[in-house]
Amino acid sequence: MKSKAPSIPYLIWMLVFTIIPLAMVVYYAFTDRSGNFTLQSFADSLFYTDVFVRSLWIALLSTAICLLIAYPLSYIMSRAKASTRNVITMLIMLPMWMNFILRIYAWVLLLQNDGLVDLAVHLLGLDVPLLGNAGAVVLGMVYNFLPFMVLPIHSVMLKIDNRLVEAAQDLGAGKAKVFSKVIFPLSIPGIISGITMVFVPTASTFLVAQYLGGTGDKMIGDVIENIFQRDKNVGSAISLALMIIILVFIIIMNKFGDEEAAVA
Amino acid sequence: MNEKTIISLKDVEVSFDGEVILDKINLDIKDREFITLLGPSGCGKTTTLRIIGGFLEPDSGDLFFDGKRINNVPPNKRNVNTVFQKYALFPHLNVYDNIAFGLKLKRKSKEEIDTAVKKMLAVVDLKGYEKRPVSKLSGGQQQRVAIARALVCDPKVLLLDEPLGALDLKLRKDMQIELKQLQHQLKTTFVFVTHDQEEALTMSDRVVVMNNGKIEQIGSPTDIYNEPANAFVADFIGEANILNGIMKEDYCVIIQNTEIDCSDKGFEPYQPVDVVIRPEDIEVCKPNDGQLTGTVTDVVFKGVHYEMEVDCNGCLWIIHNTRCEPVGTKIGMKVTPDNIHIMNKLFPTENNIFKATVISSNKEENSMEIDIEGSTVTVADNCYPEGSTLEISLPPSGIYIAGDGNGALEAYIVSVIYKGEYNEIIIETDSRKWLMTSMQDEQVATYAPVCFDFKNAHFTLCDNAGGEEQ
Repeated sequence: MKSKAPSIPYLIWMLVFTIIPLAMVVYYAFTDRSGNFTLQSFADSLFYTDVFVRSLWIALLSTAICLLIAYPLSYIMSRAKASTRNVITMLIMLPMWMNFILRIYAWVLLLQNDGLVDLAVHLLGLDVPLLGNAGAVVLGMVYNFLPFMVLPIHSVMLKIDNRLVEAAQDLGAGKAKVFSKVIFPLSIPGIISGITMVFVPTASTFLVAQYLGGTGDKMIGDVIENIFQRDKNVGSAISLALMIIILVFIIIMNKFGDEEAAVA
Repeated sequence: MNEKTIISLKDVEVSFDGEVILDKINLDIKDREFITLLGPSGCGKTTTLRIIGGFLEPDSGDLFFDGKRINNVPPNKRNVNTVFQKYALFPHLNVYDNIAFGLKLKRKSKEEIDTAVKKMLAVVDLKGYEKRPVSKLSGGQQQRVAIARALVCDPKVLLLDEPLGALDLKLRKDMQIELKQLQHQLKTTFVFVTHDQEEALTMSDRVVVMNNGKIEQIGSPTDIYNEPANAFVADFIGEANILNGIMKEDYCVIIQNTEIDCSDKGFEPYQPVDVVIRPEDIEVCKPNDGQLTGTVTDVVFKGVHYEMEVDCNGCLWIIHNTRCEPVGTKIGMKVTPDNIHIMNKLFPTENNIFKATVISSNKEENSMEIDIEGSTVTVADNCYPEGSTLEISLPPSGIYIAGDGNGALEAYIVSVIYKGEYNEIIIETDSRKWLMTSMQDEQVATYAPVCFDFKNAHFTLCDNAGGEEQ
């Protein structure tokens, strides 16, 4: 029989840092301050439904923009010479070496009145506030999570055997058909994991909206952070609801991926 | 067989990174024939196929299809389909959709596609496999799907790039016969690439033997086996005793100091030649009755025959015979004139003859340094004035492969042929080819560091512009 001993440290880790906290969230979500069972926290959290919906909408929008940018970029990268590819990968990874809050704050400085981007826009004759709106929040999200979309798609595309491209050409496919019949279907697993890796964190992230958005742009992550200071029962209920929504989303995505693989 | 030429390559040249892959290839492929490109890895056979397929454009030279030049025609516009090495089936499609891929692109109707795919599945013996994902198929089945996918498009020419390489021996033999039958049945031109000489002989109408980007010989399997054009072809196709000989006169060759009748003529008197004798063509007899005598040193049972190694005055011969002579027996060997194949040597001269400039000379030590392709080589026991040009005749034994890796030059090993006593190796450096001998076996198509030993070399001082003393 295989020894289970080596897995014990990981089991302990998961128990202490995943299972127990999760159980605590569930416990608080279903109890009141004195520890009695209640669904009141969920009822209270309905107050934040519009924030919920807006968060999911912003996450969806950011994910879609990330995909639109990342897909062509990944395709170009996978066709480029190895040296060019490494340089581009490096450039994509480089901002991630900096602290998340620093990166957000950099955008605040760029977008604020008399910031570099703001000045540039003024020079073009436009006078619109760049900071403090939903657009800035989406920009911050895309900027921060783009690498999580590029890397999985790129690594799947890189693995597509060039002989398959040649085989398609051989059978009469021009450039467009090679793409639609071979490269795109084979890159779907990368797209799915990219979407998951961007949508999940953007839906639950906080701080981005606090820094870049206006007062009306708060996202559910910010709300959770805020409420937990005052009322951990309602905070837990919202967290649990968010987790379930994300879980459902992941299940749907994976199912879609499996079907795609089976049908195609 | 049809004599119409379907594909024609004219002076096709390809090089990658300065290395010549195809060296002015000329090849006519006839309509409806089964032609095989055969050669060791790195000989340019796959490159030739990729040029026909359209995946590679030649640096120079022309490619004609049915008389039309198609150098710039992309693969999807050529009436040629390919069965790729390792198949390259689309992993996201099932068997049916893989085969239907080409037809769908041609915008055939659903019924047409269905009929064609069903028919092709029957041809390759895969009825009932339509819905299987290709990843769930065995190697042989994937192979059939790949062939069906290419053939369903009804190409004029089918290109096959080592399609049987990944199959086990038994399956490979079956597929060889099936492919041959398929070609007969469909009357499509098959261009088959392989490094397996037996496969080439079994399947082809014509075989093209390639080596180092050149075509060595084109002919029917029988021609190539029985009348190899040179020692390389003889060595590559089947087993052969390849020996040094001297052509005394027409119909008489001297092998190991023995005059033997042969059926070849047209060589210079006393011209050194390569003599090829197939192991099965040697008749074993009593020592007194043989043209040559030798002692059996090793016997291996090969199933159909025994393979005997015979030592004949220090030279090893291989003999195939159904009767076994025990090790240590003295035997006589006879060969009929028809079975002795005389061919020009691969290397035109007996010694390496080249010119070199003296860089520096040392009269006291009687030595000098000469320049060979930009490398400085020290020559002992010879001293010629600085700056003079020498013509050097260096015997093959004067070149050797540096065991420690520190050679004067880096050389590409072009061919290695066992001559019974030693290996005759042709190597190539930047500017020329060299002939060397070695007791060691070297790997063809690799690079090795070589050193020079001028002990037995002969030096002649060339007339210099400077007019220095002789």
